[in-house]
Amino acid sequence: MKKIHIILLVFVAGSIALLISLLNTGSTYETIADAKAMPGKFVHVAVRLDKTKPVEFDAKKDPNYLSFYAVGVENPDQEMKVIYRNGEIPNLMISERLVLKGKYDNDKFECKDVQTKCPSKYKEEMKPTEKSIDQSAIINPAATTSEETKY
Amino acid sequence: MEYIGEHLLPGQLGHLFIVLSLVASLIATFSYFKSAQSKNDIDAAYWKKLARIAFITEVISVFAIFAILFYIISNHLFEYKYAWQHSSRSLEVKYLLACFWEGQEGSFLLWSVWHCVLGLILIKTSKKWEAPVMTVVSLMQFALATMIAGIYFFGWKMGTNPFILLRDSGVLDNAPALHINGDVTMGLRQDYMLSILDGNDLNPLLQNYWMVIHPPVLFMGFASTIIPFAFVIAGLWKKNFGEWTKPALPWALFSAAVFGIGIMMGAMWAYESLTFGGYWAWDPVENASLVPWLILISGIHTLLIYKHTGHSLRATHLFLILTFGFVLYSTFLTRSGILGETSVHAFTDLGMNMQLLIFLLMFVLPALVLFIYRYKEIPTIHKEESTSSREFWMFIGSLVFFLSALVIIGKTSIPVVNKILGTKIAPPEKAEFSYNQIMVFIAIIIAVLTAVTQYLKYKSTGTKVFLKKILIPFVIAAIIATLVLVVGKVNYEKETFGFMVAIWMAVACSIFTIVANASYIWLGLKGKLKLSGGSISHVGFGMVLLGILISSSNKEVLSNNIGGIPAPLDKNEDPRENLTLVKGLTVDMGKYSLTYEGDSSHPKKQLSYYKVHFKSKDGKEEFVLTPNSFVNYKGNEGLMSNPDSRHYWNHDVFTYITSISNPDKSKDTTTFRPKDLKPGDTLFYSSGFIIYENLNKKEDLPVDLFGKDGSLYEANLKVHSKTGSLYSIAPKLAIAKGNEMSLPDTVLAESIVLQLQKVTPDKSITIGIKESNAVMDYITLKAYKFPYIRLLWFGVVITAIGIIISMVRRIRLNRENVSQS
Repeated sequence: MKKIHIILLVFVAGSIALLISLLNTGSTYETIADAKAMPGKFVHVAVRLDKTKPVEFDAKKDPNYLSFYAVGVENPDQEMKVIYRNGEIPNLMISERLVLKGKYDNDKFECKDVQTKCPSKYKEEMKPTEKSIDQSAIINPAATTSEETKY
Repeated sequence: MEYIGEHLLPGQLGHLFIVLSLVASLIATFSYFKSAQSKNDIDAAYWKKLARIAFITEVISVFAIFAILFYIISNHLFEYKYAWQHSSRSLEVKYLLACFWEGQEGSFLLWSVWHCVLGLILIKTSKKWEAPVMTVVSLMQFALATMIAGIYFFGWKMGTNPFILLRDSGVLDNAPALHINGDVTMGLRQDYMLSILDGNDLNPLLQNYWMVIHPPVLFMGFASTIIPFAFVIAGLWKKNFGEWTKPALPWALFSAAVFGIGIMMGAMWAYESLTFGGYWAWDPVENASLVPWLILISGIHTLLIYKHTGHSLRATHLFLILTFGFVLYSTFLTRSGILGETSVHAFTDLGMNMQLLIFLLMFVLPALVLFIYRYKEIPTIHKEESTSSREFWMFIGSLVFFLSALVIIGKTSIPVVNKILGTKIAPPEKAEFSYNQIMVFIAIIIAVLTAVTQYLKYKSTGTKVFLKKILIPFVIAAIIATLVLVVGKVNYEKETFGFMVAIWMAVACSIFTIVANASYIWLGLKGKLKLSGGSISHVGFGMVLLGILISSSNKEVLSNNIGGIPAPLDKNEDPRENLTLVKGLTVDMGKYSLTYEGDSSHPKKQLSYYKVHFKSKDGKEEFVLTPNSFVNYKGNEGLMSNPDSRHYWNHDVFTYITSISNPDKSKDTTTFRPKDLKPGDTLFYSSGFIIYENLNKKEDLPVDLFGKDGSLYEANLKVHSKTGSLYSIAPKLAIAKGNEMSLPDTVLAESIVLQLQKVTPDKSITIGIKESNAVMDYITLKAYKFPYIRLLWFGVVITAIGIIISMVRRIRLNRENVSQS
């Protein structure tokens, strides 16, 4: 056997070991009910903010504590309380979807990280609303200068 | 029907040139192909001439498309969707280019422009390789042209046209106000353009100078990877194995330098403009550009092995094909929307997935088939490399680089796997650590190989000579590494002890790389800098590794919420990285005491700058950072923050805003009560009185903000409260470019806000007064310390310089060879 073959074998073995270790530390996308069913396991959950319940955040008391209620995207009847200990989440109120990353524990979801999906301006164009046009008019009333005077 | 206020000519010209570029690139591809296939010189020359004419026509068209689109954006022609979608009137001129490549269409165009430039150089320089190489480049140009064609092809939409009109794009279809009689089923009003006042603007996070320069450089890197690839194909096609490596090597080096700089400019942008607190997050978009670069580096090293020993030619073929293949795969990943959940900054889906997939396969599949088909014919040396030879260890290094690229792309492709297999694998809890735990070992192996291999000779090396030469750098590196590890306290306790040991080893090994390669310039090359491009770039690479290791493992959270407002929570679950600062109150933060001094606003945008005063407790440092935030920006809620940092030679202090007291100013329902005052007059409020003292006019105002006739007034007042306290308050009024802007001032303790509403030459003024509970003004911020981050940026520059020195040397050698033969 050539030396290079031995070294290649070592690499192959090494990469297989790595791949296995990756599979073990991985996480999965789950529903709220599933997340509750396996407390302590780190999961990704796609949810919507429950706007009927309070969002708690007061930077004067504790700028690191935020809590809100979330319902499932596909199962709106499933609900849980979410605690996020890393400050305010931008666009939380207008988000259409949130991907929460964390663990369910003691009747609440300890969220480590969150990704907000907003009705982006790009999508808005695809299924446009009157809002997207009027908005541009409202936001920049001062910018009507040349176009209007020209015609 | 004609609409008022539209400029249709640029769009019509644009369409014309898009069609022209499509046709011209197809003709160029065909003609170059015929030229390469021609049996006799006359035919070949004929087709080549035709191909050149076609390619130059294509170049002119692409430049024209680029110029027209830029004209549309810079003149705010919002009748075009691209301008409306990506720019606005308030956008600074310097960012007009950035919004050019914010969209997919513009960035494809940028890519195409670089191919034009590189193609012209190839026509001038590549001689007998021109026809086959340019066949590949022209085909790529055709593929890119289809991306912006926007043509329907048997009901299948091909590409997205950047010149589409806003009214044709569907955006206006549901806006009754713009339609005749307010009825969306009727046509648009003839004067609908009067209502299109401004565009959607460039994403605030992209309003950063790195976004002006990073995409062009990165796309030049992308574009240049096609050239080594095209040479490989040309060699396989013409069965001229190996000879192509000569012209291809300088191109591969060029590509590595530009591509590498482009990637790291993106990292700079992330560091300066994004708020994930770092320059690299193993985001799929970052990975997708890193992977082809890693494989390209493998390819360059095997190319060198081949040049010196004749080994590794087959591996070189594979590496260079895959470099380009992964550029296309990256394009597919980042533009198809498939990354959706996992990436923060991929492009939005334009519904071109199928086209992107075809784009990927039409280059990679034929290339791999041709490679496999010709595999046996590619010359190889059957004698095995000696383990004491340089080429053996260079090859191992290339292989490790390649393996690391495969691991990264494998992990990045999980969303693709989920899509194909229907699985629901998500990134692990510690997503970054899952990369770092592998990469730290790769770093160790690569660093040692980079340090040692230059001291080995090609073919074989005498053990004694090798040991004698390597001894000095080894000892020096060992001493420095010990000092760094003992004094520098690289203690990465966040993860396991084993990981920390691995980091220590990696730190030591990268120091070894730096020292060994730096000394090789003198020990091996006798200080001849012209020859030492390789060593210099390896020194730079070692610095990059060291910079990455130290800055990320010693990253320190400064805003630990301990001295601030207490939070009774378990430390393990609470990162406590946010700190609240009430305006005017000094708060302890580690070695600093911080004061939030107030905010100021951008004159045209909803952009606020927050002045935070840092003072170290030993009194040695004192500085002001002004991180900024877009507040409730165009349909967003809350903040889009840009960090600010203070640079020291050995660390950066980095801070950004995470929340502010009252982002929605309209919530404060109390209004200002106006009152006319002359100097000396008194104004009463619920718990005291205010005396107006005098009015100042400020001189020497910045013209770019205030215009020529701008002025700034400051009224000085004294607040006497019932409790006997005395406060000074100074509201301001700015007249900038004809607009009046009032800059109110606050006395927090008394909950009053004063606004200067009007001034007259005799110094009598109108003051608005507001008493509100909502005036408690505060910000929440995060602050970090990044040590030795400059080492990383500096290392990148050194690496690039080294690669360019090598490139220049290789071009010279090629020329000398030509003139000799």
